[in-house]
Amino acid sequence: MATLTNALRVVEADYINYRRTWRGRIISTFLNPILFLAGMGLILGQLVDRGQGEAQLPVPFLTFVATGLIAATAMQTGFGEGAWPILAGIKWRKTFHAIVVTPLSVADLVNGILIWGAIHLAFASGVFAVLAAVFGALEPGPALLSIVPAALGGLAFQAAATAYSARLEDDMNLTNAFRFVIMPLYLFSGTFFPISQLPDWLEPVAFATPLFHAVELTRKVALPGVGAPVVTTVPTWVNVAYLVAMITVAWVLAIRSMRERLQK
Amino acid sequence: MKESAHVPSSRSGTVRQMPSPLVEARGLTKKFGDFVAVDAIDFEIRPGEAFGFLGPNGAGKTSTMKMITTVSPITDGKLTVFGLDPRDDGAEIRSRLGVVPQENNLDEELTVEENLYIYGRFHDIPKPVIRRRIEELLEFAQLVEKRKARVENLSGGMQRRLVIARALINEPDLVILDEPTTGLDPQARHVLWDRLYRLKQEGATLIITTHYMDEAEQLCDRLVVMDKGKIVAEGSPQELIQRYSTREVVELRFAPGAVETNLDRLDGLGNRMEALADRVLIYTDDAEALIDEIHRRGVEFEQRLTRRSTLEDVFLHLTGRRLID
Repeated sequence: MATLTNALRVVEADYINYRRTWRGRIISTFLNPILFLAGMGLILGQLVDRGQGEAQLPVPFLTFVATGLIAATAMQTGFGEGAWPILAGIKWRKTFHAIVVTPLSVADLVNGILIWGAIHLAFASGVFAVLAAVFGALEPGPALLSIVPAALGGLAFQAAATAYSARLEDDMNLTNAFRFVIMPLYLFSGTFFPISQLPDWLEPVAFATPLFHAVELTRKVALPGVGAPVVTTVPTWVNVAYLVAMITVAWVLAIRSMRERLQK
Repeated sequence: MKESAHVPSSRSGTVRQMPSPLVEARGLTKKFGDFVAVDAIDFEIRPGEAFGFLGPNGAGKTSTMKMITTVSPITDGKLTVFGLDPRDDGAEIRSRLGVVPQENNLDEELTVEENLYIYGRFHDIPKPVIRRRIEELLEFAQLVEKRKARVENLSGGMQRRLVIARALINEPDLVILDEPTTGLDPQARHVLWDRLYRLKQEGATLIITTHYMDEAEQLCDRLVVMDKGKIVAEGSPQELIQRYSTREVVELRFAPGAVETNLDRLDGLGNRMEALADRVLIYTDDAEALIDEIHRRGVEFEQRLTRRSTLEDVFLHLTGRRLID
């Protein structure tokens, strides 16, 4: 019987682990946003804003990219958390096997992992939001608001990665998933340019990807009232429904694949 | 750990009145596809005993342990743990178990103390109680000085003791140890045996799987020998030695290839004989008379060793090798 109390025990354990290991991770949490905001936002932004780009953006390029990057970074973080640590828990360190011989169930374990994942994603997105405000990409209010849609998108990827990783024997496929799924999404889901810039036949593909909905929702929340080409005509409820549906389905699948793996 | 911390007094009181088995299996079967890992086995584990599962790798020991710990659904037959059904009452059963898996699965990034703490939390034990038990368990596992050390910096023996300490955080009624000393050096093994022996003295019920015969002889009151998913023998170590072996064993070592040429001369010696590559084991109740006979027949061996029969002889006899008798 899965309960919230049980899931929170796992959250507590993950938090204690994070307290021990944050120093190693904090570099990527801080450094990646700084590099991307500086390189893509400020430097590339100067060129774009001079009007040499084809799309005439109603907001500075730095603002456009920052709202895309916060969601794309959350995707990357979520995928990473749902990938290697899951294989470690199952195969390398086997810590999950230690948990399922306590009164906690597999569902408690997965719930705890994903609740902690949401907290961690909110924190990492919060760091990004603060840096975006420091860079002048966003006002502090909108920057903080953008944490919610970004973390939501990140959680969708973490849940999906968890369901997938729990079926793997080694991390070869994870490296490939990163190369051939995460990187293309990062580049072509509207993070760095409006998807109206894509060739017509590619546009529907972009609409179908989860990162597009996360990026779009982040922009709608952080930049209310700003229209095309920063956001598309897709209704907001579709963006929300897409992400919520993906989280729900992936969550259920994650519990199922973890059960099959840990309770043979 | 002073006042027999592993079996709470109220519970051991109940247990004394109802000597029903802690674990009972009838026709217990586990299949993975077509492969039968555990083949319709029966056994009963009583409160307070140390019960061993012996057998070569792949005999079905670990599969049996996983069914008892409720993480592996049974394919067929009947299994009760504490009188409960693992399918319906998994969490209740697990709350009263201590599990020491074959491979350490500690959180290596955390300290010794933190590993014990989070396990206590998984068992829903109040924090002050966990803190008290951590002190007792650090003492028990001889890890007091290492309490702040990260697990990845501990030796294999220390990690193993920590896994055992962790399994005791909930004061379990039954402790399941799957190959507790495999891969440890002799010093570490003996330290562990001391700890396990102490647990036994304090009244804990233990299930131990092992393929070390000395371990089984040291720790088990009763054991079963498993082979290819089946139980092939059951009894105390002494009973099994009496039933399947003899009082003494004479081992003869031969020059390479010399076993074949000496077989005629060895024929009919002892109660039973086992020929290995360059060795012959002769089982007998009277080693002196046997040795006289060996010399009289002019057997050309290189070395001779006379020893007491052990569980290892039972094991080899039951789980097979090349036999001549």
